[in-house]
Amino acid sequence: MIGREVLAFAWGSLWAARTRSALTVSAMAIGVAAVVMLTWLGESARAFVADQFAAIGVHLVVVLPGRQETVGGMPPILSEIPRDLTIDDALALRKSPSVRRVAPLAFGTAPISYGGKERECPILGSTHEMLAIRHLTLAQGAFLEGVDPHRGAGLCVVGSKVREELFGTGSAIGRFVRIGDRRFRLVGVLAPMGTSLGINIDETVMIAVADALQLFNRASLFRILIQARSADTLASCEADVLAILKQRHGGEEDVTVIRQDAITSTFDRIFVALTLAVAGIAAISLVVAGILVMNVMVVSVTQRTAEVGLLKALGARARDIRAVFLVEAALLSLLGAVLGVAVGKGVQQLATEFYPALHGDLPVYAVAAAVGTALLSGVVFGVVPAQRAARLDPVLALARR
Amino acid sequence: MIELVAIERTFAVGDQVVRALDGVTLTIAPGEYVSIMGPSGSGKSTLLNVLGLLDRPTAGHYLLEGRDTTTMTEDDLARARRERIGFVFQFFHLVPRLTAAQNVELPMLLAERAPAERKRRVDELLGAMSLSPRAHHRPDQLSGGQRQRVAIARATALEPAMLLADEPTGNLDRASSHDIVDLLEKLNGKGLTLIVVTHDPNLGERARRKIRMADGKIVGDVR
Repeated sequence: MIGREVLAFAWGSLWAARTRSALTVSAMAIGVAAVVMLTWLGESARAFVADQFAAIGVHLVVVLPGRQETVGGMPPILSEIPRDLTIDDALALRKSPSVRRVAPLAFGTAPISYGGKERECPILGSTHEMLAIRHLTLAQGAFLEGVDPHRGAGLCVVGSKVREELFGTGSAIGRFVRIGDRRFRLVGVLAPMGTSLGINIDETVMIAVADALQLFNRASLFRILIQARSADTLASCEADVLAILKQRHGGEEDVTVIRQDAITSTFDRIFVALTLAVAGIAAISLVVAGILVMNVMVVSVTQRTAEVGLLKALGARARDIRAVFLVEAALLSLLGAVLGVAVGKGVQQLATEFYPALHGDLPVYAVAAAVGTALLSGVVFGVVPAQRAARLDPVLALARR
Repeated sequence: MIELVAIERTFAVGDQVVRALDGVTLTIAPGEYVSIMGPSGSGKSTLLNVLGLLDRPTAGHYLLEGRDTTTMTEDDLARARRERIGFVFQFFHLVPRLTAAQNVELPMLLAERAPAERKRRVDELLGAMSLSPRAHHRPDQLSGGQRQRVAIARATALEPAMLLADEPTGNLDRASSHDIVDLLEKLNGKGLTLIVVTHDPNLGERARRKIRMADGKIVGDVR
């Protein structure tokens, strides 16, 4: 028989047993939909985390005071006291040609008050370069421009929520606020940007780094944020930073340098592994569906013994019979796969409607893998029944009625 | 031309060997009208299966139109069944989900004939069987006589050289039986070799050549 005729014939017999066919198709569809949707959820989560990291800036290198060993084992009971990470350390990093921007960072919390209203805020002390490194945008005013890192400026920039709570609808620029026991002139308001990596920028207040160190009475910076010139210079930037700081700290490697891409890629790997694991578990249901296809085909061959005998009497070759039953099995799987992808797509569109954070389309590789596995399991499990049908003895097959 | 030379067909049933055919030698010329009669278990159905290439003899030679079928491959046998042999069964063996027209079309599908040719031939055959108005009915919507006529139309679709009928009237009432026998004899009149296996003496006696079987042997061959 020719392909088209085999297809029509196989379709005819599936249609004749449509309840049974539909049930098998749905089993396959559930399997395919599960694989596709779980992979998509995993990919969404990965994309979400990647976006979070991208939001804090690009080509970032972060310096933390103190050496943090990540070799496992018991943490030291008395941690060595690290040398201070100073503003001069931060400024010295500008020497490296790989470094584009440097922002020293001091951190603490303090009450900010204006006109009888007061709230506790995270306070970030930094320089003008912070704006570009962290991709912050200003709604109004300026961001600590031209402030000497070594000297206090008495200026502050507030997040959008802080501004709203302290000033309501009134104007804020130029007002004096009190942070801790000092007076600061408000020179800028940040545009709303929400939470990134656990810190809500809208609720923070930014002041000059020297002011912050005085305010919190600290000698050491909390972090130094460095932006490398490009993704390619990240490695040399990291090396330069380590080398410069080691030299400045008397040959002691007492800082920790973290590259943003290292964190991102770690998270990436974790999410890829999780996605594959979950999709792999879902793929088991495809094999189960494949066994169901086999079961249905075995029943079909048994019920159609006389038909197979007749086809043989009419001159069908073993390969014609095999083709008919294999195509039936493949059709069941293919229909299941198509239905499964359609269901997955539907659920994905519905879900993104309600949870826009779940962005992205169904991953093409997952759709391809699910459909491929479905077809493969259907055909592989279809071989045995098809073979059984092709080998039927026509005399015995026709004798049954 | 059919030549059977010392055909044996044995079956192992448990530890016993049953000789269904025991040294059958038989020559049937093209266009003959042969009936094969005999009691149950005499081997007449086995003989028909061997003649129809559905069963291979254990020993002996079967020459169909000069070719030794005992050395043919499975695919060659399928081809010979398709193009040279038509089967008519007691229980019709129509595919229940296919219409009359689709059942008649089946052998032409297997022979990979072009769709237009298939359609023309199906119309022609159903017309000749006065079944045209029933072309799109399924078997369960047809009477026994009509079903057997569909089966005969299917058996003759590829213009075979011989027609093998196994109790063709065994499941029909008297009137339909008469119709079917008439039809088969008309086909024989056009030169088709007709071989009928039957219990029914009335049907058997109509053949020009009457073969009797008992215990796997030919015990009578009357012309």
